[in-house]
Amino acid sequence: MTAVLEATGLGKRYGRRWALQDCNFAVPEGKVVGLVGPNGAGKTTLLHLAVELLAPTTGSISMLGHPAGDHPSQLSRVGFVAQETPIYSQLSVAKHLRMGALLNPNWDADMAENRIRQLGLDPRQRAGSLSAGQRAQLALTLATAKRPELLLLDEPVASLDPLARREFLQELMEVVAKHEVSVVLSSHLVADLERVCDFLVVLVASRVELAGDVSELLASHRRLSGPRREAGSLPAGQDVIAESHTDRQSTFLVRTDEPVLDPAWTVAPVSLEDLVLAYMSKARDGQPARRTQLEVLR
Amino acid sequence: MIGFAWLQSRTQTLVAAGALAVVAVVTAITGPHLVHVYDTSVAVCQAHDDCPAATNGFLRIDHTLSNWLNVLVVTVPGILGIFWGAPLAARELETGTYRLAWTQSISRTRWLAVKLGLVGLASMVTAGLLSLAVTWWSSPIDRVSATAFASFAQRDIVPLGYAAFAFALGATAGLIIRRSLPAMASTMVVFVLVRLAFDEDVRPHLISPVVKKFALSFGGFGIHNGGPPTVQPNLPNLPGAWVTSIQMVNRAGQALTTRIVEAACPNLNLPPALGSGPGTGRGTAPVGGNPLEACATKLAPIYHEVVTYQPANRYWAFQWYELAIYLAAAIVLGGLCVWWIRHRLS
Amino acid sequence: MIEFQLDTASGVATYLQLVQQVHQALRLGLLEPGDQLPTAQQVVAKLAINPNTVLKAYRDLEREGLVRARPGQGTFVVGSLPRTDPKTQARLIASMTAWLRSARDAGLGPDEIEAVYRNAFRNCFAEGVA
Repeated sequence: MTAVLEATGLGKRYGRRWALQDCNFAVPEGKVVGLVGPNGAGKTTLLHLAVELLAPTTGSISMLGHPAGDHPSQLSRVGFVAQETPIYSQLSVAKHLRMGALLNPNWDADMAENRIRQLGLDPRQRAGSLSAGQRAQLALTLATAKRPELLLLDEPVASLDPLARREFLQELMEVVAKHEVSVVLSSHLVADLERVCDFLVVLVASRVELAGDVSELLASHRRLSGPRREAGSLPAGQDVIAESHTDRQSTFLVRTDEPVLDPAWTVAPVSLEDLVLAYMSKARDGQPARRTQLEVLR
Repeated sequence: MIGFAWLQSRTQTLVAAGALAVVAVVTAITGPHLVHVYDTSVAVCQAHDDCPAATNGFLRIDHTLSNWLNVLVVTVPGILGIFWGAPLAARELETGTYRLAWTQSISRTRWLAVKLGLVGLASMVTAGLLSLAVTWWSSPIDRVSATAFASFAQRDIVPLGYAAFAFALGATAGLIIRRSLPAMASTMVVFVLVRLAFDEDVRPHLISPVVKKFALSFGGFGIHNGGPPTVQPNLPNLPGAWVTSIQMVNRAGQALTTRIVEAACPNLNLPPALGSGPGTGRGTAPVGGNPLEACATKLAPIYHEVVTYQPANRYWAFQWYELAIYLAAAIVLGGLCVWWIRHRLS
Repeated sequence: MIEFQLDTASGVATYLQLVQQVHQALRLGLLEPGDQLPTAQQVVAKLAINPNTVLKAYRDLEREGLVRARPGQGTFVVGSLPRTDPKTQARLIASMTAWLRSARDAGLGPDEIEAVYRNAFRNCFAEGVA
């Protein structure tokens, strides 16, 4: 399966500061990818590198099989919605659609007009007077009516109220279902991701900390709680992602491919949100995962 | 992309068209009257021997409108550069809409090239039409002026060059500075400086001037701010020429000073030094013609006038050269813009 | 047509919730063979979930023999689940309610009641007793 977005050794430096470094991941097609990380982690930089608004300092990024910058027509296969959904506030909704038709070879005018009508937007209204939710919907329409194979969305719901957020995601999922588009959706809000994403890339402080299929990630992580123990006493094959202790009890969030058989541990699944948060705080605190030994007491 | 560039610049184009229409109407209404007065007074003034009076009377008609039209032709290129050129890229960069414009399906190089070409062309056409209207309207007035070079920058084809240059300058500033207001301000400053410097230091040397000797003749006294009066040479009869300097020298090249004049013509009544006031400069104080003429005749064997000038028939050569230089500068700036957006904005 | 709900706090995977809701509807007679399930597009337009989740649920149901996907037409119910007769249902609910009341009167709290229930549940089905 071709990777719809692939980064190899990707890095971007501004002066002395690395906004992104050592990024390696490959996203299979047909997925809705969540690009998660705290503010300033490098999510916007990564997306801008993908759509050629920036050029890499090191490494490369390729979309739909072609390295960015190689094929001028590549941009027509990708739809992009930038942060804060920039639109021309002086132009009307209809003129924005006209822009889409003029600038994109595969523009689907019927789809665009239907969508605008379904959303209840007035075509003659100036885009600057739309609400944030309506602007986001307009930007999504502009990106999807060019019939892309890949949609990149930079924090599209960050500044929307809960209702607008839900409506945007409904709209987006309907587009995915109907047109089989791959989506990369960046967000610093983790809660929305679990219902929408089936692939996750966690970006913290300019590095990729985690990348994988959501069901695999959920299947390979466990929360273990039991009597007070040090992490070193866990067996090999258990990567400790997070740990916390009281005087009597220890709780570990581990990544493992093997079932945990020690009856001393209460084993529970981890929610996607807790998983992501654990990786984010691990990266922030700079603790590397330790390989550990768990005695088999059977 | 052409369609989209038009979509974005529709309002500003309509404003310009409206303004041009107003100018066209005003000049069309008042122009024929001007021609009529010229034909009936100045054109026939030789026969009636009242040329100075006829000319002065003629020049007073629509004097204010003439000034306004000249001011318009001088300022419009700069205005277009500031309001059409500077925000071209700067507004997209500062509002963030470049993230929308450059991720459609065309490269940002093509985006810029089309916008530069289209709006640049519109600037030139606007300035050109304005210059056309004003040149046509002013032609009777220009016929009575000493030289066509006096109104050089407000006539014919050079305003097209100024507009192209100002626009390219604005676009470059906007692209590099990335903010509209600072870009507009710097465009204005640089454009004014360039125009002034070109007028002063470049235009006089575009074609090597003609240098010719003429017989010595005095025109009167000139008074520099508060200094002693000096004897001024008379302009030789070079109709329509642009005189850049007149020197009174002897065969060895030594200048004729007022002291030498006073020594040679002791009975010449030099007026006392006047203080500085309005009109201070190289004005001539009225003096009885004969003592001055006699003095000039006396000094003529030794001293003569060296006049540096551009003949009238070089006017169009100058127009084309200056247009070409400003256009070339505009093209260079345009190329810089394209290079910049390709290599420096990542 | 059935309308799906999503309980994000239940800890149950989304696709499983969809499967369970289809099972429930079949048991209660809300779905019968020949009925069409909502398309993935319709489901995600309401629930804002990943369409692959819906497709996965429908695939599981197809593997269970309960539904079949007809290309270009949609997914249709083809099987059925043993339906509980409403009278039997009412009788079972009544006896369960009585049992719960007596457990509460005996001094058991909700967690202890649940532990007792889970224990009995496990024993019952481990023995293979229907």
